[in-house]
Amino acid sequence: MTAPALPRHRSAALAESLVLVGRSVRLSRRDVETLVMAIALPLLMMALFVYVFGGAIETGGAYLTYVVPGIVLLCVGFGAAATAPAVADDMGRGMVDRLRSMPVAAAALVTGHVVASVARNALATGVVVAAAIAMGFRPDAEPLEWAAALGLLLLYVLALSALAAGLGALASSVQSASALTFFMLFLPYLSSAFVPTGTMPAVLRAVAEHQPITPVIETVRGLLTGAPIGSAGWAAVLWCVGLLVVSSGFAAWAYRRRTRR
Amino acid sequence: MLVDVDALVKNYGSRRVLDGVSFAVPAGSVLALLGPNGAGKTTTVRILSTLTRPDGGSARIAGHDVVRSPMAVRGLISLTGQFAAVDERQTGRENLEMIGRLRRLGRVGARRRAAELLDRVDLGAAADRFVETYSGGMRRRLDLAMSLVVPPAVLFLDEPTTGLDPVSRSTMWTAVGELVRDGTTVLLTTQYLEEADRLADRVVLIDGGRVAAEGTPEELKSRLGGERLLLAFPDGPAASAAVRALAADGAACGADALTAVLPSDGGAEHLRRVLDRLHVAGIPVTRVTASRPSLDDVFLALTGAGTQETV
Ligand SMILES: Nc1ncnc2c1ncn2[C@@H]1O[C@H](COP(=O)(O)OP(=O)(O)O)[C@@H](O)[C@H]1O
Ligand SMILES: [Mg+2]
Repeated sequence: MTAPALPRHRSAALAESLVLVGRSVRLSRRDVETLVMAIALPLLMMALFVYVFGGAIETGGAYLTYVVPGIVLLCVGFGAAATAPAVADDMGRGMVDRLRSMPVAAAALVTGHVVASVARNALATGVVVAAAIAMGFRPDAEPLEWAAALGLLLLYVLALSALAAGLGALASSVQSASALTFFMLFLPYLSSAFVPTGTMPAVLRAVAEHQPITPVIETVRGLLTGAPIGSAGWAAVLWCVGLLVVSSGFAAWAYRRRTRR
Repeated sequence: MLVDVDALVKNYGSRRVLDGVSFAVPAGSVLALLGPNGAGKTTTVRILSTLTRPDGGSARIAGHDVVRSPMAVRGLISLTGQFAAVDERQTGRENLEMIGRLRRLGRVGARRRAAELLDRVDLGAAADRFVETYSGGMRRRLDLAMSLVVPPAVLFLDEPTTGLDPVSRSTMWTAVGELVRDGTTVLLTTQYLEEADRLADRVVLIDGGRVAAEGTPEELKSRLGGERLLLAFPDGPAASAAVRALAADGAACGADALTAVLPSDGGAEHLRRVLDRLHVAGIPVTRVTASRPSLDDVFLALTGAGTQETV
């Protein structure tokens, strides 16, 4: 005896992902501690760098103008990293089994987390930029430059969130998921985010100039404040697209591995 | 057969946790997989609900193979697992509406269905509270409701009442009973003989990854023997006299020389007749205990018999 199975439309995966985006956004909104940290930490860092260290750092211009793009990248890195414990938490509970026993696309759960991460980061970035403007940050970007900067940040956040989602799927616990994303919080310090790379010792400088965050920061900085971008623009786009492709593949692989039947 | 399970094998590492499990569930009936902890009940249910892949054998739901056509199977089943699969930081209503929208009932349809189900599982008053404030019993009921958003052709319930207090347990039994009356096919797992007896049309007794016995609850009970009366006497001669006096009732010597056992229907009338007879015969009784075979007795009896048959 064979009962007719419901036909699945092509749009099914999209519709299911949207429902789970809604879920992840709702859960993020209710995880007040994480949300407050995601906004408060970059604000504190900005105040610290501008008012405490800034005076001693020579960047050839107002330090606030120099540091804001770096703070934004630090902020979104922190926000994206929060995807890892969120995914790990789901993996350790029954909900993932419920979804897997339903006619729901396998990618929908992780997609929900990644898109919710973008929404969280958009909020945090908005708050950080507003605070920077209140502190005297005066971006001179045209609308098109704003759009380009936001587009690049979006790519960057998507890539990091997918990477964090994959790490979260592999992690054995929520705590270890957080630990696995440590490097995401650390990499911005080893870049041109806070000090020009020319001031670093040769080895660190080589690392700093060839890791993805530096070209992304240089590009955002150039777009917002008119500093020269040079080849950083293409490097940033290539890094972000490459990272997005690799980390999406990694996230899909990690989820499949974790839920292997 | 709506559920058809054929010689399932599952290994974890070098351990074989399912070793040729077969059974079938006709549409509209309730089958209980009864077995102690570690018997392989959850593994079986996970294979049937497409979460785990078997290493051997096959299983079909309404003709769809669980390995080859998982999406078709998922459209027909619902699973309420051993641990509640609900979001703590969503309200009961949000949890249900989310499932409704995932099953494409639409926003309005999902809302209406959620309201209906909340009433049905008696969570109307708690509908808009976060699940983290729910008791264990409320969580299970919400979990059950989430499995009913789209009425499934087959409902899997993995230990639906383990860890619940007696009141929540009986509420759950009532809810399952209603589903069954509406014609839902249910496969439930349990460690409790009483639960299988109460809910199931057929029972598959599973132990160590094998089917140890199968039949209706009545058939299984008659194989086990029913309730027994245990009588204690002040001395050996009184005990032997009692066994003789009650021979017609099937009395036999107990574990020691001071006791006698006899089968009983568990009723007060039978007990009174036994005591009257002993009183008339002038045999003093010091203590009377009624006992039912425990699940452990069931397993000892059935797995023991199984070994003897295969040797
Ligand atoms: N993922 C797993 N990895 C290793 N062993 C497992 C796994 N799942 C279950 N087992 C083992 O398989 C056996 C059967 O487990 P299970 O099906 O959960 O039993 P039940 O539900 O009847 O208590 C147990 O001994 C358990 O330890
Ligand atoms: Mg179990």
